Amino acid sequence: MKLLVNGKQHEVAAPPDMPLLWVIRDLLGMTGTKYGCGIAQCGACTVHLDGAPTRSCITPVSAVGDREVLTIEGLDEKGGHPVQRAWAELDVVQCGYCQSGQIMSAAALIARMPKPSDTDIDQAMSGNICRCGTYPRIRAAVHRAAALARR
Amino acid sequence: MNPLPWLSRREFLQTGALVGGGLVIGFVVPGAGRLAQAQAAAPGPFIPNAFLQIDRDDTVRVLLAHSEMGQGIWTALPMLIAEELDADWSKIRVEHAPAAPAYAHTAFGVQMTGGSSSTWSEFERYRRAGATARAMLVQAAAARFGVTAGDCRTGDGQVICGEKRARYGELADDAAKLPLPDPANIVLKDPKDWKIIGKPTKRLDTPEKITGRARFGMDVQFAGLKTAVIARAPVFGATVKSFDDSAARAVPGVLKVVQVPSGVAVVAEHFWAAKLGRDALSVDWDLGPNAALDSDAMRVQFRQLAEKPGAVAAQAGDPKTAMAGAAKAVEAEYFVPYLAHAPMEPLNCAVRIGPDRCEIWTGTQFQTMDQGVAAGITGLKPEQVSIQTMFLGGGFGRRATAASDFVADAVHVAKAAGLPVKTVWTREDDMHGGYYRPMYLHRARVGLGADGMPDAWEHTIVGQSIAMGTSFESMMVRNGVDETSVEGAANSPYLKSVENHRVELHSPVTGIPVLWWRSVGNSHTAFVMESLVDELAAAAARDPVEYRRALLKNEPRHLGVLNLAAEKAGWGQPLPAGRARGIAVHFSFASWFAQVAEVSVNQGAIRVHRVVCAVDCGVAVNPEAIRAQVESAVAFGLSAALHGKLTFKDGRVQQSNFHDFPVLRLSEMPDVEVHIVSSSEKPGGIGEPGVPPVAPAVANAVFALTGKRLREMPFRLAG
Repeated sequence: MKLLVNGKQHEVAAPPDMPLLWVIRDLLGMTGTKYGCGIAQCGACTVHLDGAPTRSCITPVSAVGDREVLTIEGLDEKGGHPVQRAWAELDVVQCGYCQSGQIMSAAALIARMPKPSDTDIDQAMSGNICRCGTYPRIRAAVHRAAALARR
Repeated sequence: MNPLPWLSRREFLQTGALVGGGLVIGFVVPGAGRLAQAQAAAPGPFIPNAFLQIDRDDTVRVLLAHSEMGQGIWTALPMLIAEELDADWSKIRVEHAPAAPAYAHTAFGVQMTGGSSSTWSEFERYRRAGATARAMLVQAAAARFGVTAGDCRTGDGQVICGEKRARYGELADDAAKLPLPDPANIVLKDPKDWKIIGKPTKRLDTPEKITGRARFGMDVQFAGLKTAVIARAPVFGATVKSFDDSAARAVPGVLKVVQVPSGVAVVAEHFWAAKLGRDALSVDWDLGPNAALDSDAMRVQFRQLAEKPGAVAAQAGDPKTAMAGAAKAVEAEYFVPYLAHAPMEPLNCAVRIGPDRCEIWTGTQFQTMDQGVAAGITGLKPEQVSIQTMFLGGGFGRRATAASDFVADAVHVAKAAGLPVKTVWTREDDMHGGYYRPMYLHRARVGLGADGMPDAWEHTIVGQSIAMGTSFESMMVRNGVDETSVEGAANSPYLKSVENHRVELHSPVTGIPVLWWRSVGNSHTAFVMESLVDELAAAAARDPVEYRRALLKNEPRHLGVLNLAAEKAGWGQPLPAGRARGIAVHFSFASWFAQVAEVSVNQGAIRVHRVVCAVDCGVAVNPEAIRAQVESAVAFGLSAALHGKLTFKDGRVQQSNFHDFPVLRLSEMPDVEVHIVSSSEKPGGIGEPGVPPVAPAVANAVFALTGKRLREMPFRLAG
């Protein structure tokens, strides 16, 4: 089947029920998107489907259709997206494993909501678990990213 | 894994020229200690491993003897080298060191990361690596300029003499030809001259980690590498009687099904096929001796044990007689459950076995043990086992088992399958895989004198030993007492201030594998001791801070953080209606911590709004990393205080994933304020010691607000 990922068309030979996560990681070899729970509880696997944040671990590849998949690798490989810049400025990451998912959730949030409140951030980001507890910095960095994006 | 006393061990230096040019500074630490000797590994006496390498293009490569798992060692250790080297910080590049005796921990003797020890254990070694390289570069420059070394100074990666300048890259080849300077002539900088140590410094691993480029063990891929998922024992100790793999083999992409000691492994082209294949296996298990395990029943047994005499962990005076004469007694039972570490990256390990070599790629905290275990399974020598340490997607202790469980089963799979294989654990596998923070029950009786101060303290601790039955036993168990079971209680400064006290320990054997979990024994002892002291203050009708000050009057560093946290939190000042504060102070991993939690309760739900932290960890090498670790510790501690609990029924763990083993989420995260005590004392730990005070600070705040004493984690308030 055909799959549009980060602006590039791919032909993948995957069983229809194979989760998008494993197609991206194991068949396309792009490992920035992470496996954390497999049941949409932790958000480490978050990608965008036509801009909407989506848990790729429970999304069958056959359900993607002609929507465009955006992964962390396609956000900005040099780290220049406002969310990435804010993340670097505020030294958010620790182990880093959940951060691709955090960043994709945050990027979708500020695209939808140019000036999110703390409550908006709580709602949009609470599906993304971070065991290192980078939450205070994530909260601050989402505000910062939104400000950078508004410029 | 409490830090051993500050170790000053003579280090032997070796240098050499790099193939392709450049200067290498390496260290060999002879006599790798008891643990290494316990392993089959025979540490070579003079193996030139590099801690530091300067390339002709000025790149300064720093090799880490410790694993980066979020704690920021990827930045802190290079800071130590860069400080003494006067390096250009923008030229620093970092790599994990390979597994080799030269990278053994300066205090523990094996290559490992744990016990919040990376910074303090390398404070000397990494600074000396930088200083030695600098001395050689200066000497090379002096020869080139026709001056003496004393005429030269260094800065920003250059040697400077008047108008003459040479970059380190230009000098590397000359410097590599020089004999090693006498270590006695290497003088470290006076702390007042530090330019990097003590300066808040941003992480060097951020660019990789915000673009998806960072490679974790899970991300290892190369041509020919297959993926395995294992059907593991449903009950600890169960063994495979027989299995039917016909349905598993029918899954497209499944290549092999092999039996290994930990179960039955399905090897496939990719994870999804391996998982479907694993789920399609039909395995008949001999459930073994643990099929009836039940944590409720165990709790009853623990309570009965607490009434019996145990191994003595601390004793002074005559607590029994003193108790009989007490004006008032406080008696309480405390309880904490089993906990999973649940790092975000589930366990995994990639292995390729050749005729004379075994290659391993994984995120590990225990390279030396992994090497020994892999050597044992493959029949190779430890030095024939290479380990590429990947970024760890969290560790918290789980990637440091004496048996190297997740490395061992991956090596078994690769060996049995005859293929390079990456073994991947599902989240459920990870949560069911054992090595938990042990369940603990404490029973304490404290007698107060007429002045309201304790003068008799009897305390019994019941819970599994982490070290007994492992290769750590001889090192960590003394007279039947595993120090990790009683740390934070037996050595409590509160007990020291009580003339008559006794701490006893029971270490029941249950069949459940247990392990250090971020802050180890302190994760329960601080909860108990700090809650108990709060109970005593209440019984004495004294303010909790003032009461602690009286007990800790001879402990200046405890008092320092206690007073700082209380002051910054506004202790004693009014709060909005419906809020209250609680405090806790605790020493662990060579650092002192106090925290004040501000809470409210809404329909039985505890909300933590703010946590004010004061830390005294000696010299603050990277204050930015310290703040991050304290924020992290608060989140980790709150996960346990508010949510974490694993239970057993019919031998099986009843939780499986984040829906029934919840951890803290962003919406529950309080504001965290971190105040660092300015200190010139040697550095202490920072990864763990912020965890222990969180739970008692919250419990004490809930008591202040509601009058209800929380004696069990996770905290539950009725209605």
